[in-house]
Formats: sequence, C-alpha cells, structure tokens
Amino acid sequence: MQYKSQAVAKPYFIAAIGLFVGQILFGLIMGLQYVVGDFLFPAIPFNVARMVHTNLLIVWLLFGFMGAAYYMIPEESESELFSPKLALAMFWIFLVAGALTIVGYLTVPYAALAKMTFNDLWPTMGREFLEQPLITKLGIVVVALAFLFNISLTILKGRKTSISLVLLLGLWGLAVFFLFSFYNPSNLVLDKYFWWWTVHLWVEGVWELILGSLLAFVLIKVTGVDREIIEKWLYMIIAMTLITGIIGTGHHYYWIGTPEYWQWFGSVFSALEPIPFFMMTVFAFNMVNRRRREHPNKAATLWALGTGVMSFLGAGVWGFLHTLAPVNFYTHGTQITAAHGHMAFYGAYVMVVLTIISYAMPMLRGRAANSGKAQVMEMWAFWIMTVSIVFITLFLTAAGILQVWLQRVSTTPLGFMAAQDQVALFYWLREITGVLFLVGLVTYVASFFVGGETKEAA
Amino acid sequence: MSQAFTKSMARNIFFGGATFFFLLLVALSFDTMQVLPKRDHRENITDAVARGKNVWEKNDCIGCHTLLGEGAYYAPELGNVYKRRGGEFVKAWIKSRPAEGTPGNRRQMPQFNLTDQELDDMVAFLKWTGEINTNNWPPNIEG
Repeated sequence: MQYKSQAVAKPYFIAAIGLFVGQILFGLIMGLQYVVGDFLFPAIPFNVARMVHTNLLIVWLLFGFMGAAYYMIPEESESELFSPKLALAMFWIFLVAGALTIVGYLTVPYAALAKMTFNDLWPTMGREFLEQPLITKLGIVVVALAFLFNISLTILKGRKTSISLVLLLGLWGLAVFFLFSFYNPSNLVLDKYFWWWTVHLWVEGVWELILGSLLAFVLIKVTGVDREIIEKWLYMIIAMTLITGIIGTGHHYYWIGTPEYWQWFGSVFSALEPIPFFMMTVFAFNMVNRRRREHPNKAATLWALGTGVMSFLGAGVWGFLHTLAPVNFYTHGTQITAAHGHMAFYGAYVMVVLTIISYAMPMLRGRAANSGKAQVMEMWAFWIMTVSIVFITLFLTAAGILQVWLQRVSTTPLGFMAAQDQVALFYWLREITGVLFLVGLVTYVASFFVGGETKEAA
Repeated sequence: MSQAFTKSMARNIFFGGATFFFLLLVALSFDTMQVLPKRDHRENITDAVARGKNVWEKNDCIGCHTLLGEGAYYAPELGNVYKRRGGEFVKAWIKSRPAEGTPGNRRQMPQFNLTDQELDDMVAFLKWTGEINTNNWPPNIEG
C-alpha cells in the first residue's frame, strides 16, 4: 500500500464479503422455498427473502465499488485521499442504514414498514430492487454524494489518469441514474419505463464503466503492461458498452405498453451487447500473455481472467439467448431471465469486486501477496463458486425452457403452478448446486485466515 | 491494437458514441411519451386504479409475482389475471389466504389483511393493467 489513506478501503471490503455471505444464505432459503413451499412460512415469506437476497447483493457490490475507489484513487492520483475521516464516517452510516433496512424487512410486514417510513407521502417502495424505504433511498444519495465529493476532490488535486476518469464517470452515472428511483407515477407504464433508467442504465451502462476501470487497474498492476495500451483497450471496451447498451435499453420495452419500434431498436442493439464483453475477455487474456512481470498474486490474476470469461458468458451469451424480440415473446418473465441474471451478476460484478479485493486486501494487510497456501485455497474457492454458478445457470435454463414449452408453446398449455410442479427436479438440482456455492464461499472466507510465509509489500 | 490507433482516438469514440446514443435514447423516449397515451389508456386511471397501484406496492406483490413479465418468477403473472380469473376470484383469493399457510409443500401466499376498499382498488388496478397495449404479450391466457 503506497498511501496511508488507502486503508479506508479495508472495512468496505470486509463489509462487502460479510453481506455477500448473507446474500447467499437468503438465496438458499428462496431456492428451497421453490420446492418446499412452506419452508419458514410465515416467518420469512418468499418476497421478503427475495428482497433481502437482491438488496444485499446491490449493497455489497456498492461497498465493493466504494472500497475499490478508495483503494485505487490515491494510487492513480498519486495523492492521499481528500478526507479519510469522511470515508470512514460514510462507511458506518451506510452499514448501519443498510442493516436497519434489512432488519426492517425481516421483522415487520412490508406494509407496516411502508407506513412507519411514511411511504404514502412520497411512494417509492414496492418496486423490484428499489424496495428500500424512502429514508434509506435518501441515505444512499447522501452517502453517494459524500463519497463522490471525496473521490472527485482527490482526483482534482492529483494526477488525472484515464482509469480514474472512467471510474469517476461510472460512479457519477450510478448516482445520477439512481435519482430515477424517486420517480413513481400512478401510470404503471411510465413507472416501468423510467424504472429501467435506474436498473438497466446501471447494470448494462455505467456499472460497466466501473467494472472496466477496476479490471484495467488490476491488470496494470499484475501484468506490468504499459498503461497506454491498457487504457486504450479500456476506452474501446466502454465505448462499445455504451454504443450498444444505451439503446439496448429497448429490450425491456417490448411488452410493457411501449411502441413496437422498440422491438427493432432493442433487438438490434442488444444483440451487439456481447461485443464489449468479448473484448473484455480478449483484453484480459492478451494483457496477461504479454505480462512484463511475474506478480506473486496469482489468485488476483485468476479472478481477473475469470471476470472476462464469465461476464462474457453470463451477460453476453446468456443475455443474447433471450434478447431478440421474437424469442423474448416466449421467454419474458421466466426462469430464463433468472438464469441470465445469476450468471451475469456473478460473472461481471461479483467477480470484478472479488478481483480488486484479491489484489488489494493483501496490500492492505502489508504484503505483496498472500502465502502460497492461502492463494491455493482462494483459487479453490474461485473454481467451486464459478463451477457452481455455471450449473445453477444451466439448471435454471433447463427449467426455463421447459416452463416456456409447458406454459406458453404447447397446444394444451398448463397453468403457471402446474408447469412449476413439472420442473421441480431442476429446482432441486439448482438448490444442491447452491449449497455447493456456499461451500465455495466459506472456502473463500477461510482463505483470509490461512497464514504461511509472505513477502513484505514493496 | 496497432500503434496508429491511439488512446485519444479511442477516448473520442467513447465520448462521441456515448453522447450520440444517449441523445438518441432521449429522442426515442420523447417520441414514446407522445405515443403512450394511446397505448396505456391513461384516461382510465381513476383514483381507485392509482390507490390500487399503491396497495400493490405496499405489499411487495412484485416480490413473488410478475406484472407484464417483470418481477419475481415464484408465482403467476398478474398483468392478465383479471382476464384469466375475473375480479371476484382475485378478491376472494387474496382474502382467503390462511395466516399460518396452507397444508403441504405448496408455495405460500401471505395473508395481507386488505380492507374491502383495498381489494376493490387492487382489482381496479389489475383491470386497468390488463387493458394496456402490450403488443399481444403474454402468448396465451396462462401468462
């Protein structure tokens, strides 16, 4: 670690991993409820478990992004963080607000939570992924602004690199597009239309800028390849991301009341969305092959390569699978969407956050890399989690294809629940694979506690 | 990538491309906003429909169901439930969910303790939703 203030990244990373564990536990609860419907009912109904599962994911990724920025920006700017104290204060505010929100979901009925937090004054709750009470949403805005203020001023007073510019753009975009979560008209079509300006323009837009810059940062460090080359790749990748992804928003506008022309715009542009992910894979492998140093942190390199491959498969290939309007007509709102969602989030955002943690955490603990033993364990965790998510995705895809056939294509269509009963086998297989994922995650956490010989950080 | 292609060229493609396509999104959205009233029949959004949407949100229905294909995939699509089941069935169903759950391994729907007014509003909301022009989605009545 070259700058003292980079240390504030550490609590962010620890919180991220802790919440990740919580996310997976609730995922397992939901997975079991798919086949054992009365599991934990009425204590934790499915919708509550799902809110906790998805909200924890979002929050821990945000912790990861913020930790990454606090670690990267001082090094990129060659300057101490503007205010480490503000960063620490925001950490605690965000953690407490997040924890209280989750406790709220779990302890009172959602309608009571809405009432307690004065949702009727300005209704924003009860929409997928944006279930947080108004006060939490406002808290997110405050934390994001304080964070952006801190990061922006650090960059302004120091060296300005393309990596920090792209990261900054991504993070500002994240904050700006979150503002659409406060717009909730009575007209469902308008509500849905602009809901996607938060959700799509986050995960298929500005978050990819963050992803790209984190990946580029780690690749510079572990490969020693010239910054000019890496930053050129970064710009080309994110250029393709936004050129395809912005109008790609149209693939959400096929069946929600919006005009037919979105079927053309959405299909054509989102069919191109795999390109930037493919470039990312080529980029990662190319840079590692052309490496000019042997960095002792092999695990971080593995995560970086894994991000390229898995984001291409999950976001690129599995996205393409159901993005063309004539296909999506049948697959919209089925387990196919769930399959894509799981591999895309893992491959792109989970893996890139674990990449930066893998690279930065040893530095934050005063060594260039973890011991060989710890790295082997971390790499086991990589493989167990990655293989698990591949099989979770395959099983959900199988369930989805059968569901589409039984419920929507067959000449004697089954009702929703009857079709679900027919595909239960695949939900069981998914749940078993989910347990394997947890084993991988426990292995990952355990790898932080493995000692052994390490070299001091340079 | 070759040496002739420089970082600043890549940066220009990024800024130019992002700006152009964002403006295109804004322009298309502007057009969509002009066309929407004919497709969403907003003249039929009564107070009951608006209150019904609020009931839908306050009880996090989207956490299990899909609505026009968006939401969770645990329980049936409700965008066309008014056509599939009718308003009276919807009300009776919501009202009759046992608080402690139904026996067996069946997927459970909570008892939300909605008032008669809330039930009527919910049905008004679902009826209006079913009349949105969705380009003929879903493929059949099963949703």
